[in-house]
Amino acid sequence: MNTKNFMLLAATAVVSLLMSCNTNEGTKTTSTTQSPIDMVAEGEPEMAEVTGAPNVPAPVGNRGPKKWIVKLETTEIEGTIADSTKYTFWTFNNTVPGSFIRVREGDEVELFLKNAENSVLPHNIDLHAVTGPGGGAAATTSAPGKETSFTFKAINPGLYVYHCAAPPVPMHIGNGMYGLILVEPAGGLPKVDREYYIMQGDFYTKASSKKGLMEFDNDKAVAENPDYVLFNGKKGSLLGANMIEAKVGETVRLFVGNGGPNLTSSFHVIGEIFDNVYLEGGSTISHNIQTTMIPAGGSAIVEFKVDVPGEYVLVDHSLSRAFNKGCIGKLKVTGEPNPKVFKANTLVKE
Amino acid sequence: MYRLLTFCLIMFFVFSCTKSAENIETNSENVHAHNTEINSFSSTDVKMVYIKGGLYKPFYGSDTILVDVKPFLIDERPVTNAEFLAFVKANPQWQRSSVKKIFVDAAYLKDWKSDTELPLNADPEAPVCFVSWFAAKAFAKSIGKRLPTLDEWEFVAMADTDTPNARNKPSYSDAILDLYLEKDRQYKKVKQSKPNYWGVYNVFDLIWEWTDDFNSALTTGDSRAGEYDDKGLFCAGGATSATDVLNYAAYMRYSMRTAIKANYTIANLGFRCAKDTLITN
Repeated sequence: MNTKNFMLLAATAVVSLLMSCNTNEGTKTTSTTQSPIDMVAEGEPEMAEVTGAPNVPAPVGNRGPKKWIVKLETTEIEGTIADSTKYTFWTFNNTVPGSFIRVREGDEVELFLKNAENSVLPHNIDLHAVTGPGGGAAATTSAPGKETSFTFKAINPGLYVYHCAAPPVPMHIGNGMYGLILVEPAGGLPKVDREYYIMQGDFYTKASSKKGLMEFDNDKAVAENPDYVLFNGKKGSLLGANMIEAKVGETVRLFVGNGGPNLTSSFHVIGEIFDNVYLEGGSTISHNIQTTMIPAGGSAIVEFKVDVPGEYVLVDHSLSRAFNKGCIGKLKVTGEPNPKVFKANTLVKE
Repeated sequence: MYRLLTFCLIMFFVFSCTKSAENIETNSENVHAHNTEINSFSSTDVKMVYIKGGLYKPFYGSDTILVDVKPFLIDERPVTNAEFLAFVKANPQWQRSSVKKIFVDAAYLKDWKSDTELPLNADPEAPVCFVSWFAAKAFAKSIGKRLPTLDEWEFVAMADTDTPNARNKPSYSDAILDLYLEKDRQYKKVKQSKPNYWGVYNVFDLIWEWTDDFNSALTTGDSRAGEYDDKGLFCAGGATSATDVLNYAAYMRYSMRTAIKANYTIANLGFRCAKDTLITN
């Protein structure tokens, strides 16, 4: 190969590299070059819509940065953890996981944390989406009956866990004090047909002094040996009448978080392949993923198109957790069969 | 580094606010000295228990720093609704409608039917709650007592029913933790459970208790900072500076103390009194 040809080849290689970079940029959905810190949040603060799982608030779409008020209440309540078993949960807004918060980069959020008057303990909130000391934990430590607040600017797009960071932290998280906050990039995430909110957690239980009521077992938590590993804080939260749904041909986006406090999730949907995974809830998108790791205190956004009707089982593919400890849910897909993609053959005779 | 600095600054402001509240109180006490004395009242027959004190290792701080707790007397149980009612009858300046707003927040003596009537269904023998640190101090002063210091309180709290220092028993922390998980304990009568080694009742099972210096050397509300700084107590605390990381119950008490200010009144926060003693046996 002479020098001229080599130069040509090199130039081609550089150009194609640049082009492939551009393509990646495209799928990352970032558009402006302005730093989110410098983005001006317009208008008076409005009350943000927050939702309990498996629902999520409306997408941010094309709107510019705004000011929001987010109100969360920490509570200590009795709830059902499995079948007829009651458990003392600690929550944000009375649900496990806590309310889903949805903003965009450049948004300014004034977060109010009220601790219910009948709480025994102080609580606070550490949002992984926050740049600042403790993610807001020290600023929001609230005694029973008291309310605190702080203001932050969302400067990094991604899907982030929030949780209580009052001591002992593993206990507050182990009792259900976690949720997700989504910071969409400018221009919003690409449109999909269905979005759902799912959060895994590990639960450590023992009998309490009250009959039929379970409570947190510290020893099991230290040993990282949970009795339950659950989606959305309850066995069967995504089964039966609670299955999440989609129709053949639709695109589905799952915002999946893992509260922990201890276990890493191997998130998998049986019979589906994730077309896109926003790895660890960040900006890198990987394709054609069977199982994605979700660390404790971490997240992933998974997207896939459903082509074939049926019931698709959501699991932590550390399967004893799914089949013995409750970490199982279902996505019900309805619509016309597509034999080009999947066809069960009749029994072949011997 | 910058984040740490900002954090320290914030904590400094918080601390200085509390400090100024104390100053105001001091000034106000001077005013009291000139105008109205705090009146004692007759209905306190609470037994005080002699605690001989000794060297003790605070939950937060360096492993090597032992605190010498001097002998003192402490109420065998928390102050009750009935006792606080008698106090406000004798001291109208501490009644809900006339109390100075700087000393208490809006929830002070919440649910009392009137200035001199307990809440409907309240047990007179249950511990009084929704009282501020200022109010607790005034109560103690009115009967010639004071609030226990944090070290005194925690010294007493090291005991289980059999031993003065049960910190190393797994059952000690577990038992307290179980108690802390139960709600609405503050409505129960005092002295219905077993006393501890010293003969002190209800250390853990009913309420959180004010201490005189609740806002001194503590963990921050964020327990994971892992920093201990004996120069600036407000930045102290964290998992690595706790002397006993499995003492979850102690973490909770310290967490509670960091979450409160001197004018706060809370549904499950009350107090008991202490007193100096010259006895040293």
